[in-house]
Amino acid sequence: MKFTRDWLFDHLDTDRPLDEILDALPMLGLEVESFDDPAKRLAPFTIAEVISAEQHPDADRLRVCMVNTGSGDPVQVVCGAPNARAGMKGVFAPAGAYVPGIDLVLKAGNIRGQDSNGMLCSEREMMISDEHDGIIDLDQDAPVGESFAAWAGLDDPVIEIAITPNRADCLGVRGVARDLAAAGYGTLKPLDTSAHEGSFDSPVTWRLDLDGAEHLAPLITGIAFRGVTNGPSPDWMARRLNAIGQRPISALVDITNYVMFDLGRPLHAYDIDKIHGSELIVRQADGGEPFAALNEKTYEMEAGMITIGDAEGVDDLAGVMGGERTGVSDGTTGMFLEIAVFDPISVATTGRKLNLNSDARYRFERGLDSESPVWAAGHIARMVTEICGGEASVPVTMGPGVDWKRSIFLGSGKVESLTGMVIDAGEQQRILEALGFTVTSADGGFDVAPPSWRGDIDGAADLVEEIARIRGFDHLPMDHMPREDVVAKPSLSPAQARLFRLRRALATRGLMEAVTFSFLSGDDAVRFGGGADNLKLVNPISADLSVMRPSILPNLLSASARNQDRGEADAAMFEVGPVFLGDAPEDQRTAATGIRHGGTAPREWHGSSRAIDVFDARADAEAALAGLGVKLAGVQVKAEGPDWFHPGRRGQLIQGRTVLASFGEIHPAVAEAYGLKGRVVGFEIHTDDVPMPKSKGPAKPLLSLSVYQPVTRDFAFIVDRDVAAGDLLKAVKSGAGPLLSDMAVFDLYEGANIGEGKKSMAVTITLTPTKATLTEEEIEKISAEIVKIAGKNCGATLRG
Amino acid sequence: MQNLDELSSEILSAVEAADTTDALEAVRIDALGKKGRISLMMRELGGMDPEERKAAGQTLNKVKDGIAAAIETRQAALSRAALDARLAAEAVDVSLPSRPETEARLHPLSRTIEEVVAIFAEMGFTVAEGPDIESDYYNFTALNIPEEHPARQEHDTFYLPPDEEGRRKVLRTHTSPVQIRTMEATEPPVRIIVPGRTYRSDHDATHSPMFHQCEGLVIGDGIHMGHLKGCLIDFCRAFFGVDDLPVRFRPSYFPFTEPSAEVDIGCTRDGGGLKIGAGDDWLEILGSGMVNPRVLANCGYDPEKYQGFAFGMGIERIAMLKYGIPDLRTFYDSDLRWMRHYGFLPFDAPSIHAGLVGGTV
Repeated sequence: MKFTRDWLFDHLDTDRPLDEILDALPMLGLEVESFDDPAKRLAPFTIAEVISAEQHPDADRLRVCMVNTGSGDPVQVVCGAPNARAGMKGVFAPAGAYVPGIDLVLKAGNIRGQDSNGMLCSEREMMISDEHDGIIDLDQDAPVGESFAAWAGLDDPVIEIAITPNRADCLGVRGVARDLAAAGYGTLKPLDTSAHEGSFDSPVTWRLDLDGAEHLAPLITGIAFRGVTNGPSPDWMARRLNAIGQRPISALVDITNYVMFDLGRPLHAYDIDKIHGSELIVRQADGGEPFAALNEKTYEMEAGMITIGDAEGVDDLAGVMGGERTGVSDGTTGMFLEIAVFDPISVATTGRKLNLNSDARYRFERGLDSESPVWAAGHIARMVTEICGGEASVPVTMGPGVDWKRSIFLGSGKVESLTGMVIDAGEQQRILEALGFTVTSADGGFDVAPPSWRGDIDGAADLVEEIARIRGFDHLPMDHMPREDVVAKPSLSPAQARLFRLRRALATRGLMEAVTFSFLSGDDAVRFGGGADNLKLVNPISADLSVMRPSILPNLLSASARNQDRGEADAAMFEVGPVFLGDAPEDQRTAATGIRHGGTAPREWHGSSRAIDVFDARADAEAALAGLGVKLAGVQVKAEGPDWFHPGRRGQLIQGRTVLASFGEIHPAVAEAYGLKGRVVGFEIHTDDVPMPKSKGPAKPLLSLSVYQPVTRDFAFIVDRDVAAGDLLKAVKSGAGPLLSDMAVFDLYEGANIGEGKKSMAVTITLTPTKATLTEEEIEKISAEIVKIAGKNCGATLRG
Repeated sequence: MQNLDELSSEILSAVEAADTTDALEAVRIDALGKKGRISLMMRELGGMDPEERKAAGQTLNKVKDGIAAAIETRQAALSRAALDARLAAEAVDVSLPSRPETEARLHPLSRTIEEVVAIFAEMGFTVAEGPDIESDYYNFTALNIPEEHPARQEHDTFYLPPDEEGRRKVLRTHTSPVQIRTMEATEPPVRIIVPGRTYRSDHDATHSPMFHQCEGLVIGDGIHMGHLKGCLIDFCRAFFGVDDLPVRFRPSYFPFTEPSAEVDIGCTRDGGGLKIGAGDDWLEILGSGMVNPRVLANCGYDPEKYQGFAFGMGIERIAMLKYGIPDLRTFYDSDLRWMRHYGFLPFDAPSIHAGLVGGTV
């Protein structure tokens, strides 16, 4: 919403400086979005007289002008404008001035041998219009040496404010003035809303054909004008419209625009001679009717849209946009003016369906002053006849009116209980009345009736807001939150807290934390088991971000590919975030997912770098589980997993029957789809599936340390190649019995010397005695048991 | 028999002359070994009469001890020299780079959320959560944003396909639906914050189709707008680490609060850079207000009995302001260079006791 200072002061009688008003507006809830003072911008530009304009001796298109700037000696300026001539008055910018239209600071110079000490300007060069046919040619009475902006009335600062959806009343300058007046920044000037006695009966009348849907057009007034002269608007009106970015068209059109911005009251003007018949019919569209709108586009009506039309068809899409066929033109001498209130929801729906935005729709859908067809009619009739001559008819009005009158009880303690501000009853009443509310005393408070322009006021809380904002939020007390516990309790649940530990566990292992979008491409989704129809966005911003993700892996793979393209071949990343298995709340899972690509480190002289492999992914998954509080001792590994992993290099970490994690090398075909070179490994955990650690309080189980010497024994087993290490270790564990305290595979070997289809797996165990040092016989007995069970369960033999 | 003094000095010279451990050992054996010259003389003492033996014994023992001490001293010197030689040979170029560590960093978003959580924990809040895919009811209607309300059009909502009954789910446009879910599930008092993902169909330099918000909701006895003001001022000052940070409350509009306020913090833009703190300019960082009675009623709370406040802030925005991150879109790029620069080391956990300004370089 834009307006100028002088426009505001048409409604607000104030001696407060503009700076104070600009500071006050945001504190009333009217956020200042921009402020432009053209007087400052145009300060260097003054009115000057061209004394002489001679042909440049060395350039056909240039003239050498002597310019009287009103001070000192005449200044020589070389000018390329065809209309530069002796005796004309123009606008002069001296050397040193910034000329916005060419984005240059002028310098004194020499153009083809002739000195030039400034510039005679066009309107476009000053950025006050697009006019650039020549330099400005001012009236002969323009005072030489004076500020051009002041003389031309271009020194009226422009203020732009943002209006929240509830403040439809401030979509007109008068509403802004009313707020300022209530807050003590002046007084609201009276507006003459008296009726205009019409001098004839309107030749056009309304017919409401709404068939039980009368609420859609509750109040509609029309005034006919005859003998009007359409032409350019008066300068003051054109200037103001220009200043707020509205192009002046003709007086009749400009008046409708001006009233809309001045009073928040959109109007529609028909050329009365173009209306077929004597009736304008307000009705709901059947659907399919064409409508040629003022924006030179044709729309097809949908059933139910409110339209106004004559015998020929639709002339106005109520509250949204008028029609071209019956619109006013320069030759219009008879006008019929529509001042209506339509159902805001209907206007909004129509506009949204047709994707048709207008300043009128913006106001209608936020809610107009319900009484405005009544009080604005006289004001507008006088304005039209003053500017365009002619005479106005007796208004014709139809409709039951809007049921807007209501009373809201405001308890005497309500302002304080809701805001903590103590404001005495008299001041509360004064504020409400200044905003147009009617306040009457009632038992224990006030009965408050909102004015017709405040459809947003819904209950006592809204009244409190009005009082509080006019009083000023600066007056709110500052009370710290009452403390319930001297020592604060944790704000995270154990399940939430462990996700932060999980993040630290993974970052500590060298995985960088990423945050990627919750949606991805359809291909990505399908590749990772997703892509169901109910998870496809209806209105995605791009195909790449169109389906809710079933997994975080594709996003990390894409990210890795982008990093690879930037020369970062080694990437290790993880993300903890949502994945979507369906559209119900319980289908949303939290996943912890990581990938590694390339080497463990860049190539370096220690030789510590190596290619990542599936065991890195398994270690990441195990670290993540540990971060989630899982005891890894009870976790089994199974060589299974989703298809996006390499079928021979994937696994699952399982506890009981619960799959805690999947890990593996990304299937080469999948990695290739992302353009990734070399091997990529990854893991996925659905953290909701990982049981919370059973809490037995913070105390750890008592540690009992053995005083006896631990014993280490090594076994070199020969097994078939397809025997899983996990099975062999399980056998060793079972054979070793309760004294086993540690166990590791320390060598793995395949070669011709141990036989085709065989492998050697060397296992070291540590036995920690608890009651007495182990004797050689006892150790031998345990070793024999290990070999026996390994042989029985895994076909293992000791290497000779 | 050789003169004892001569023998002693001969042996001591030999000790001095021994330049390896082996040579020294040979000298020792020659003098003090089983058949060493001093040992043999000791053995001869047995044939002497007691008087003579005592005097000769004393003399001989003195010589023997002197030689033993000299050998020990020499031995220590030789060991020291041998160690020096080994150390010289073992010298390495310590200017060579050390083995690379695989240290990674946490994202500024999870870091910022932790900071926010830490501060609100001090004020007695707990963290609540809700789904990203929401029903129209929770995202809009229950929050007093009916169909065709202009505020609904401003939300740029992402929609999912309609079900058999024509109901469309949405990607939540704010974290506010969790207000409703929480009030439906619990009795007052309520003190929650809701950090989480939110979505709007907008993509340009300052908008991302996905971003993060943190909602707050307080319902309780005697909670009024002064508490809202205190709570948010306390938060802003703690979060930005500026004790005298100016915080301004401006009237605004949200359908689910009444009265509503936007919250600005003070800043300066002198010299091109933005600095949070007392200054001549303001930055909007929060929306807030007293919970609209209609919202309370929608959740089954009696608006005559309960009141409270709610607020919402953009996590990216406060992270950008605090940590000087210039571009919103880079948050979701997963550019390793960006992550190394703007990320936080995992052990650098924010806390009230250790401070909320990251120590990570």
